[in-house]
Amino acid sequence: MINKLDKELNFHHQALSLRAARQELLSSNVANADTPNFKAKDIDFASVLSEKLSPTTRPNTVNLNTTSPSHINSATQGAFGDSVLYRVPLQPSADGNTVDMDAERTRFADNAIKYDASITFITNEFRNLTLAMQER
Amino acid sequence: MSLFNVFDIASSAMSAQSQRLNVVASNLSNADSVTSSTGEPYRGRQVVFSTLQAAANGASGVKVAGVVHDPSPMRQVFEPKHPFADKNGYVTMPNVNVVDEMVNMMSASRSYQNSVDMMNTTKSLLQKTLSIGQ
Repeated sequence: MINKLDKELNFHHQALSLRAARQELLSSNVANADTPNFKAKDIDFASVLSEKLSPTTRPNTVNLNTTSPSHINSATQGAFGDSVLYRVPLQPSADGNTVDMDAERTRFADNAIKYDASITFITNEFRNLTLAMQER
Repeated sequence: MSLFNVFDIASSAMSAQSQRLNVVASNLSNADSVTSSTGEPYRGRQVVFSTLQAAANGASGVKVAGVVHDPSPMRQVFEPKHPFADKNGYVTMPNVNVVDEMVNMMSASRSYQNSVDMMNTTKSLLQKTLSIGQ
């Protein structure tokens, strides 16, 4: 029974943590809206989530020896692995910045609402479980 | 917990934008400063933004890499009665373009508002996270 509980909640757990990490990525885009040569980044949420839920093992994960936190490590790749993508800009800008503020703000709001939705799903999940457990 | 990093990123953007606003204020208030402690007319200043070191997942804040002096030529105003006029009657005025600075100010204030908005959204998300299971 307990592992069923875990299975039920795992999806929302993964989705929620991915939403939070994406929120961070989008906020970094908004923060760097005036930084010359900054390239806006995002993830393909659906593909990253399905990768998290059923991880495919990569054959060539060799660890690099790093001496500084800014070194890029091959094995520990943060929340998204290597699936962070650069956004294709709609309009080029003179300073090489690819942040489109309207698009970023829209995605930020969209991601926040979906984060909210995930929380509602989890709360309802718990409510259903407590309802099922109650003795009448 | 990555949502807390949004606060760090937004606050880095806010401090960078407020420094930009400071520089704009300095430029605007010195737009007619013909002389200074060095004896030279005031030169416009601009901030240079750069990306802070990226975190593990690629999200990064912003910082002010430096304040540079505007290299554009100084404004020459014909005013023969001015005490700082040269022998041809021209006074060297600061190279501050007031219109440019006003636009710069609006852009900085909008970016600042964006960061504040980001923080508020994240704050309400975190508060909702705390209410899971209640």
